[in-house]
Amino acid sequence: MYKIVKKKELNPTVTLMEIEAPFVAKKAEPGQFIILRVDEEGERIPLTIADFDREKGTVTIIFQIVGATTEKLNHKNEGEFIQDFVGPLGVATHTEGLKKVAVVGGGVGCAIAYPIAKKLHDMGCEVHSVVGFRNKDLVILEEEFKNASSELYMMTDDGSHGEKGLVTDALRKLIEAGNKYDQVIVIGPLIMMKFVCLLTKEFGIKTVVSMNPIMIDGTGMCGGCRLTVGGETKFACVDGPDFDGHLVDFDEAIERSSMYKPFERHAHESTCNLFSKEVK
Amino acid sequence: MPNMSPKKNEMPSQAPDIRNKNFLEVALGYTEEQAIDEAQRCLNCKHKPCVTGCPVQIDIPAFIKEVAEGNFDAAYDVIAKSSSLPAVCGRVCPQENQCEGKCVRGLKGEPVAIGRLERFVADYHNAKENVKVNKPECNGHKVAIIGSGPSGLTCAGDLAKMGYDVTVFEAFHLAGGVLVYGIPEFRLPKAIVQKEIDGLKALGVKFETNMVIGKVLSIDELMKDYGFESVFIGSGAGLPRFMNIPGENLKGVYSANEFLTRVNLMKAYKEDSTTPIQHAKNVAVVGGGNVAMDAARCAKRLGAENVYIVYRRGEEELPARKEEVEHAKEEGIIFKLLTNPVEILPDENKFVSGIKCVEMELGEPDESGRRRPQVKADSEFTIDVDSVIMSIGTSPNPLIRSTTEGLETQKWGGIIADETGLTSREGVYAGGDAVTGAATVILAMGAGKTAAKAIDEYIKSK
Repeated sequence: MYKIVKKKELNPTVTLMEIEAPFVAKKAEPGQFIILRVDEEGERIPLTIADFDREKGTVTIIFQIVGATTEKLNHKNEGEFIQDFVGPLGVATHTEGLKKVAVVGGGVGCAIAYPIAKKLHDMGCEVHSVVGFRNKDLVILEEEFKNASSELYMMTDDGSHGEKGLVTDALRKLIEAGNKYDQVIVIGPLIMMKFVCLLTKEFGIKTVVSMNPIMIDGTGMCGGCRLTVGGETKFACVDGPDFDGHLVDFDEAIERSSMYKPFERHAHESTCNLFSKEVK
Repeated sequence: MPNMSPKKNEMPSQAPDIRNKNFLEVALGYTEEQAIDEAQRCLNCKHKPCVTGCPVQIDIPAFIKEVAEGNFDAAYDVIAKSSSLPAVCGRVCPQENQCEGKCVRGLKGEPVAIGRLERFVADYHNAKENVKVNKPECNGHKVAIIGSGPSGLTCAGDLAKMGYDVTVFEAFHLAGGVLVYGIPEFRLPKAIVQKEIDGLKALGVKFETNMVIGKVLSIDELMKDYGFESVFIGSGAGLPRFMNIPGENLKGVYSANEFLTRVNLMKAYKEDSTTPIQHAKNVAVVGGGNVAMDAARCAKRLGAENVYIVYRRGEEELPARKEEVEHAKEEGIIFKLLTNPVEILPDENKFVSGIKCVEMELGEPDESGRRRPQVKADSEFTIDVDSVIMSIGTSPNPLIRSTTEGLETQKWGGIIADETGLTSREGVYAGGDAVTGAATVILAMGAGKTAAKAIDEYIKSK
C-alpha cells in the first residue's frame, strides 16, 4: 500500500497527488512513468511522473479525471492509501548536451512537460516553454513553468489567459523569429503532438514526443501499447515513452487510443453514479 | 493383483456445452474410489521409466503405491519431496510427453493416469485445514529470486526448505507469474496457485510485489546494497511476438499475453469487472500452442459465436497438450489447420473486419524436425472476424539483461546458463523461459530445482 501524503486540486478536472513510494522516488527520472491500481479490484493505469523527491521518498503524479479509475483515484484523500504503485518504468527523456530547447505542453500534458523543463533549466539549458490550455480555468503549473523557463508563452484557445491561439502558432513565431532550437520536446494530446511535429518537420528541427497509449503491465509483456515508429512496431512502455515525433504514425495511435472509448464512458458514468449514491 | 483395464479411469468434467459458457474448472478430479482404482493399474516397475520422464523426478511408483493403499497423506509426502507445486503440475504438465509417455502400461493400452493421480493427491492435501508446516530454522543466508512464476517459486521453495532467507521479487501486483496472468481459471483455478504461494510463505519465503527488477533495483544493487549472496533469475519469456503482417495494429488485434492478462489477472471474465475487453463475435487465434488454446477457449467463454485456431502446420504438429486440443474441439473451437494469415483487414473505423489467409502444405522436415509448411499457390481466402489474437510465441524480457553488466545472453535474448543454472556472473543463476525461451511450466520448475541445489552448494562453498 502506498500513502497519499498530499492532494491538491489544480483545476476542476486535474488533481495532483504526492505518493510515498521510496523505491520509485530513488530511481525516477523525468520522462518515466508509473503504473498504479487504486484498489484490489482496480485496473492498472499508467501515469507519467510529474515530480519526485528522493529525500522524502515521494513521487508526484498529476492526472485528469477521464474515466472510472481516475474518478476513483480522485475520491482518495490525503492520508489514505492506494493499492499498487510500480515504477519507474520506461526510458528517461534524453537531455544530455542540449543547449536550447522549446518545451511544448498541452493541457494535462504540461504535468509531464514540467519536470523535463525543470531538469533542462537546472542543467543550464535555455528553455522556451510554450503551454496551451482551452481556457484560463484549466491552466495548471503556471508558476512552476515560469521558474523553470527562460521564457514562457501561455496560450489559450479562447484568449481568456495569455495569448489567444494554439501552441503551434506561438512555436511558429518563435522559430520564424530566428530561434535555433537543438530540439523541441512536446507533450500533450495526440492531435496537438501531430501538428507540432508537422510544423517542426517543415523547419527540420528534431522533435521528441511522449506517448501515453493504453497499457497493462508496463514491462513489455502485453504489447497493448504498441505503435508504429518509422515503419517499425515499438512498445511505448519499454522502447519509449519518448519517440522521434517525425517518425511516429499519429493517425494509427489516435485510432488505437479510441479502442475502449465507449466502454470507458460507460464505466466512468457508473462509477460517478456509485459515488453520488454514497453521498446521498 | 493390479487392475488390468487397458483404459485410464475417466476424470469427471463439466459437459462441453455448459463449460464453454463459464470460467469454472473444466475437469473436476477423481473421487477417492476412482483414484485408488486407477492407482491399482500401476505395475510398480523396478526400473521406474516414468521417473526418467519427470523433469523434477518425483518417485512416481512410490506415491501411486500409497494412493492404491488409500494412504493419501503419505502419497503427498512422497510428491512433496520433489515438487513444490503438485496441484499445478497435475493440471498443466504435458504428461503424454513425460511420465505417462514412458509408462509401461502405455505399450498396450493407455498409460497410468499419473497426472490425474498427482492432482488428486495435491487437492486432497490442500482441502485439509491447518496442515502443519515444518518451518526450517533460518540459516541467515539471503537469496533473491526474480520472478514468481514456476521456476522462481520452485527455486524459492527448495531454498526455503534448506533454511535460506528467500525473497521473491515480482513485477506485477500479484505473485504467480504465468500461472496467474496466463493460464485461465478454468484450467488452473487461481485459488490453487494462491494456496501454493501461501504454502511458501508459511515456509518463510517473502514476496515483494510491484518490483520491476532492472528498473527499480538492479541485480548489482540487490547483491551489493541489500546483502543477497545469490540471485536466481526466473523472469520468463514475456515479450510477445507479432507476425509483422499488415493490419496488426488495428483495433481488435491482441497479443495472447494482453488478452489473457485482461481476462485472467485483470478479471475481465467477471461480469462486474472494470477491465475493458472486447466481446467479439468472431475471433481468430493465430498459433497452435497451449497459450493459443487458452486464448481461444477464453474468447468462446466471453461469448464469441465462432472461434478459429489458425495454425500453419497440421494436427500432428500442434504444440499444445493433447488434452487441451481435445477440450477445445469439444467446446466448439474451429481448427483451421495448414492455414497462415497474410493480412488483417480493417473496417471503416479501423476495427478488424477479417483475416486474409493462405493454405499451406507440408514439405520436407526443417531443423525442428517438423515438416516445413509452404504456401499453396492461389489459395488465398478470408475469414470474417472482428478480433484477432496473436499467439505465436514470446521472447525473454530485456529489462534484466540490459541492466546487468557481464550477464551473457544469446542473440535472441535468452540468458546463457550452464547445466546447473549458473550464468556468466558469479552467484547469479537463471532458469525457465528466461533461459530456454517459451517452454512448459514443468521444465521451468525443473530448472528452478536444479538452480536451488547449485545455489546451496555455491553459498556453502564460500
